[in-house]
Amino acid sequence: MALDEYTEQTGGPADEIRSEFTKVGTSPDRPDGIDKVTGRARFGADAYAPGMLHGVIVRSPHAHARIVSIDTSRAEAAPGVKAVVTRADFADGQSGEDWAVMENVMAGDTALYDGHAVAALAATSLLEARDAARLIEVEYQILPHVTDVDEAMKDGAPVIREGAADNSVPAGMHPNVVRYHSSGHGDVDQGFAEADLVIEDHFVTAATHQGYIEPHACLATMGGDGRAELWCCTQGHWNVQKLCAATVGIEQSKLRVTASEIGGGFGGKTTVFVEPVALALSRKANKPVKVVMTRSEVFRASGPTASTSMDVKIGMKKDGTMTAARGVFRCQGGAFPGAPMEFTSMCAFAPYALKHVSQIGYDVMTNRPKQAAYRAPGSPMAAFAVESVVDELCNKLGLDPIEVRLKNASRMGTKASFGPTWDRIGLVETLEEAKAHPHFSAPLAPGAGRGISCGFWFNHGGETSVTMAMSEDGSAQLMVGTPDIGGSRASMALMAAEELGIPYENVRVTVADTASLGYNEVSHGSRVTYASGLATIQAARDTVRKLCARAAAKWGIDEDAVTWQDGCAVPSGPNAGDFDPLPIDRICRVMGRTGGPIVGHYEATPEGAGVSFATHIVDAEVDRETGATKVTRYTVVQDAGKAIHPTYVEGQFQGGAAQGIGWALNEEYVYGPDGRLQNAGFLDYRIPVASDLPMIDTVIVEVPNPGHPYGVRGVGETSICPPLAAIANAVSNAAGVRMRQLPMRPSRVLEALEDQD
Amino acid sequence: MSKIHVTTTVNGDATEFLCDPRETLLDVLRDRLSLTGAKEGCGTGDCGACSVTVDGRLISSCLMLAAEAEGKEIGTVEGIATGEELHPLQRKFIEHAALQCGVCTPGILVAVKNLLERDPDPTEQQVRYWLAGNLCRCTGYDKIIRAVMDAAAEMRGAA
Ligand code: FES
Ligand code: FES
Repeated sequence: MALDEYTEQTGGPADEIRSEFTKVGTSPDRPDGIDKVTGRARFGADAYAPGMLHGVIVRSPHAHARIVSIDTSRAEAAPGVKAVVTRADFADGQSGEDWAVMENVMAGDTALYDGHAVAALAATSLLEARDAARLIEVEYQILPHVTDVDEAMKDGAPVIREGAADNSVPAGMHPNVVRYHSSGHGDVDQGFAEADLVIEDHFVTAATHQGYIEPHACLATMGGDGRAELWCCTQGHWNVQKLCAATVGIEQSKLRVTASEIGGGFGGKTTVFVEPVALALSRKANKPVKVVMTRSEVFRASGPTASTSMDVKIGMKKDGTMTAARGVFRCQGGAFPGAPMEFTSMCAFAPYALKHVSQIGYDVMTNRPKQAAYRAPGSPMAAFAVESVVDELCNKLGLDPIEVRLKNASRMGTKASFGPTWDRIGLVETLEEAKAHPHFSAPLAPGAGRGISCGFWFNHGGETSVTMAMSEDGSAQLMVGTPDIGGSRASMALMAAEELGIPYENVRVTVADTASLGYNEVSHGSRVTYASGLATIQAARDTVRKLCARAAAKWGIDEDAVTWQDGCAVPSGPNAGDFDPLPIDRICRVMGRTGGPIVGHYEATPEGAGVSFATHIVDAEVDRETGATKVTRYTVVQDAGKAIHPTYVEGQFQGGAAQGIGWALNEEYVYGPDGRLQNAGFLDYRIPVASDLPMIDTVIVEVPNPGHPYGVRGVGETSICPPLAAIANAVSNAAGVRMRQLPMRPSRVLEALEDQD
Repeated sequence: MSKIHVTTTVNGDATEFLCDPRETLLDVLRDRLSLTGAKEGCGTGDCGACSVTVDGRLISSCLMLAAEAEGKEIGTVEGIATGEELHPLQRKFIEHAALQCGVCTPGILVAVKNLLERDPDPTEQQVRYWLAGNLCRCTGYDKIIRAVMDAAAEMRGAA
């Protein structure tokens, strides 16, 4: 979602927000449950085709190097090898993001980071392909590199690419600064002058990876006529279709993309990495080609999130009133423009009603992999910096952290830090719930600390198509275009069943391929339950209108005189006539004779986002001998608007918190002085394991989103916004020293403790 | 390179295959025997997505050479249910929503089934440590732990 896509809420759609439900709000078993517990579900790497080859990608071992020559002759002669491709085998002439994707998928003249693809080949077996890949000889001319955001902005830093900056960047900045954002209102200097205490601090966060357990995988089949089929794990197969067409050089409609089951994405599977390569290999070999990334490739070459360097300054009065806030956010997003600095800036002070506020963001390029979206891109880092300063102000002024946040909280009608006026939002409700939660008042063990943080994320609408086709027995087939990442089939089926008045089991939800449904934007921005859900409801309502029309025709009355109740058409009042309710299955059984198939549609771009807020409470213990932190208690309070399938909503809350714990305590991309990634594996890039975590309590707050017929807000992303700050505040309070850099790994905590002594 | 002939038992069925000496058990299960339930999350023994049992011992199949399966009994996620009837762990995983994307689920089910065969009454902490080699990025483990504890209780009651 781009900055200008955020539109103010305008009071929602024509329909009133529905609040009485019989199915929505229950938690039935998911439709794909059995497939997923028996091993039957087919993920990206689980597809095979007759005559299939295996593709392997050769990657740069250098952080920055000119590609002098590539000699593929020995590899081409190796046993089993059927095709070798380099950049010359792809289309050229792309611009904008298509160009960046092309360049990232297969390097042109220059390898821009350790792990950047430079060539690929396909052979009859994976072992042969791996052996042959070693025979591809690439001659590099090594160039100076930079991987740190602050270093990359300094005079004399190696330039990643001249002319990459857009015209938002103020004159005089280093060419690595490629985009600039500034927003806010009021006069911050005046605001700081009104404060009793002003704190300004510097914060740093490391790049982290989405860490989905399923590596990128695809199976491509492309014939000499340019027609192609692609099976892949993705959050958005229409986007895959578009990007592959642009990079491989075919018309979009020639490529049909089918989304496999997806083994986690968190934003990282919204673009392409191996898919165009598999297509190019398939075209050259004239056989199906499967490409599966290794875990080390996933770390080296698929999107991590941005790393940041941030300065935040906040002024507060003795009574806790915030008088002004200013933030400068420098985000490094690898060797291409796109670090989410505008979201970092916009989310930073969103929880607070501020008279004077200013935020500035810099998008900085370095010799690292192209960043990809990661769950609420940019927001968690901003919350870390801002909420740490708020905590420090509360500590210094002796104020209660929840009372201070309540006092300054954004509410309906206040002007947001980034411009619009808030419609109905639930921040205050999450704070009140957090205050009332037993966790907040529970006594702390000696040596433990407690941290609080709020967090904010937009939620995105985006282009959406949904089709609902009725079967003759009155059951419904719903075709959606948004891959099911975390149980969304269940939510869609619940909403469809609710509208149609039929049992949940009678709705079959299919994730359609790109040839079977209109365009759908990727599953991101927490948009699935919100936008696909809204589309499902509208498609069901369209179906109901058609069902009512059939009843009206049968009864010989006006269509307007028929309404829909509990799965039956009924006359809308005494004047409409006296007819027995006509159940859905009886209407559908005869549909062939009464006008043909009954199919409901929705194709549109839902406007207006269901923004959401959360408040997290964390207890942590710090081992003063080792510097190790243990999270001992965790509570997530978040506004879901309306929880369609509450158990999966809880799951989203818990998953976001767990990823946040990893980000706060352990996870980081570690680069050596040679610019190579030092920890490209799960052993050294340590994500939380079961024994690291406590149970994660959840409280679902429901303040309806005025922009959705059921009041739904997206829930998937907001849950990762508060944890970094909440944990940092808990650790700082436990250790008695302010932690300003993530991750708070044991060595870093120990250093902080030693500096304190 | 010449292939090795291996005779083994998979989920109770006598099975033979030919493999390259360098192929792992995971490669053969997936690519030669069409048992794609076990997943490759890392290939280096760090994620547990490829968990299977070999003669009743829980292992990472990405770390075992397929040739070593000669004469062994292999158990995979495909063998957990009895025909149509789900194992209590499978039922409880669905009921508790202990999976989101579900890619870790086969490995986790194989692992916890193996745990409950050793110890039908584990504590929460024992379950957490037993599962420390099985990464799940989606759930935060909360619902997985609850599903395991609930299934264990049910299985003890049924026994
Ligand atoms: S694939 Fe075997 S442990 Fe990860
Ligand atoms: S459910 Fe996705 S990794 Fe566990």
